Amino acid sequence: MTRLVALLLAALILALPLSLLAGKVWIDPFDPQVRNAAIILTELRLPRAVLALVLGAGLGGAGAAMQGYLRNPLADPGLFGIAPSAALGAVLSLFLGLTAAWALPLFALVGAGGAMALLGIIAGREGNVALFTLAGMMIASLAGALTSLAISLSPTPFAMSEIVTWLMGALADRSWREVWIAAPLTLAGLGFLWAAGRGLDALTLGEAAARSLGLEPNRMQALIILGVGLTVGASVAVAGIIGFVGLMVPHLIRPFTDRRPSSLLLPSALAGALLLLVADCLCRVLPTVGELRLGIALSLVGAPFFLHLLLKLRKGLA
Amino acid sequence: MLEADGLVLGKRLAGLSAALRPGEVTAICGPNGAGKSTLLACLAGLLAPDAGRALLDGEPIAALPPRVRARRVGYLPQSPELAWDVTGETLVGLGRLPWQAAPLHRRHASAAEDALAVEEAIAAMALAGLRHRPVSRLSGGERSRVLVARVLAGRPQWLLADEPLANLDLAHAATLIARLKEQARAGVGVVLVLHDLAAAMNHADRVLVLHQGQLAADGPPPLALTEDTIAGVWGVRARWLGEPLRHALLLSE
Repeated sequence: MTRLVALLLAALILALPLSLLAGKVWIDPFDPQVRNAAIILTELRLPRAVLALVLGAGLGGAGAAMQGYLRNPLADPGLFGIAPSAALGAVLSLFLGLTAAWALPLFALVGAGGAMALLGIIAGREGNVALFTLAGMMIASLAGALTSLAISLSPTPFAMSEIVTWLMGALADRSWREVWIAAPLTLAGLGFLWAAGRGLDALTLGEAAARSLGLEPNRMQALIILGVGLTVGASVAVAGIIGFVGLMVPHLIRPFTDRRPSSLLLPSALAGALLLLVADCLCRVLPTVGELRLGIALSLVGAPFFLHLLLKLRKGLA
Repeated sequence: MLEADGLVLGKRLAGLSAALRPGEVTAICGPNGAGKSTLLACLAGLLAPDAGRALLDGEPIAALPPRVRARRVGYLPQSPELAWDVTGETLVGLGRLPWQAAPLHRRHASAAEDALAVEEAIAAMALAGLRHRPVSRLSGGERSRVLVARVLAGRPQWLLADEPLANLDLAHAATLIARLKEQARAGVGVVLVLHDLAAAMNHADRVLVLHQGQLAADGPPPLALTEDTIAGVWGVRARWLGEPLRHALLLSE
């Protein structure tokens, strides 16, 4: 497992500088003639790359924890309704035409926090996983419906197009400000998930056996709500909805670990960071009319991946 | 000593008291719905009774911090569900979790002690050849032994198992019960919910017969599992054949 972590770290160290050179304007490190190279690097590409690393790590880690908690390789951080609720918050700020720079991330974080609180209240003190999942699905569909309502009632066509565009997550035009919003929240969230690691291992044996090993279900649930809520909430707040990272990454990494959820957390976070960095880079350089949105690109890859997973599970091979 | 003190839980347990001794194999028998699994879960501290309490060495088990309880009482549920295809060795290692460091909890055993306990559990269940095999590629009997080894790895004073012999063929059941008896000889309190009355008759040191949430009989197997008790509790006429330690139960019309 340590070899896997070292390998992923090496790949990240290699990919980061390369990603900075790629884009609409290619920067040749040996040619100082490229105009505005320093500004492009430090003000456009570096914050964007760092943001990709932070959000990718958060989503990858959250996905690994979710799959461990729900004991299901098809689980995705989106299941708990935190991402749709954060998106609803962001959409409301666009709907209301709030232009202050802090409004959108703040509204998104309030949305994520609301979903986390609702989850905690509905699932109650028992720590029952099935009830918890159903509560999450209910919250997700409610937030989705309210988002559609906001779109259909949007006061101006401009607001509507802004909302729709924003919902397709992207990292384009993000600055250090977004990094400062997302990084501390994501790190805190990953910290909570790390704390949940041994409990997730115990859950491998089922809830009853896990409790007999000293697991406290309600404490576990609180750690998961906080961890997934902070990482996913932070990511939606600064980049919109970026799906499938949390589903794909743990699944790709699992065969290279001993398959305990706790040994999957760190490699998944690193691989999530790598995936998002590379995917964002590809979006930037693909010769499309206008830039391909990262959220769409990942969904285009993710949906067939999900289908492949389902078919594999049906054959009982996963 | 592990005691049930007037346990009441819904309609499943109706004021049940019994004191179990370490170093013995105690079998809990009874028809479906008699409250066997409920009693076991209460004794493991996993179910809170409506009234009464479970006591571990005189202390209410509900008052113990979960990790302290987990180090002393090992519990194997009836149909263990394995979420991930870990290897036998990794699975056995999960039994060490209550001893290892966790957020807000210090570790109670060194890494060397952890490794040793896992080795001993693997040896006790004769799993050396299977340790690197993913659990999905183990037979039902092998998997049962791995799961029991998981409990043993925690070095509990009590080993509570719900139907450990279910789904096992003759040879595997015999191996498993022999290993469990060894554990009892080593001082562990082994408490098994058993459907197979012959297994209880031949291998247990003591049998508790449950009927409608109450104790119908309690004592050494020949005294607890008499033909009259079987008729009264299970509602079937049956006759014991064979000799001590090799009994078989014959149903008669």
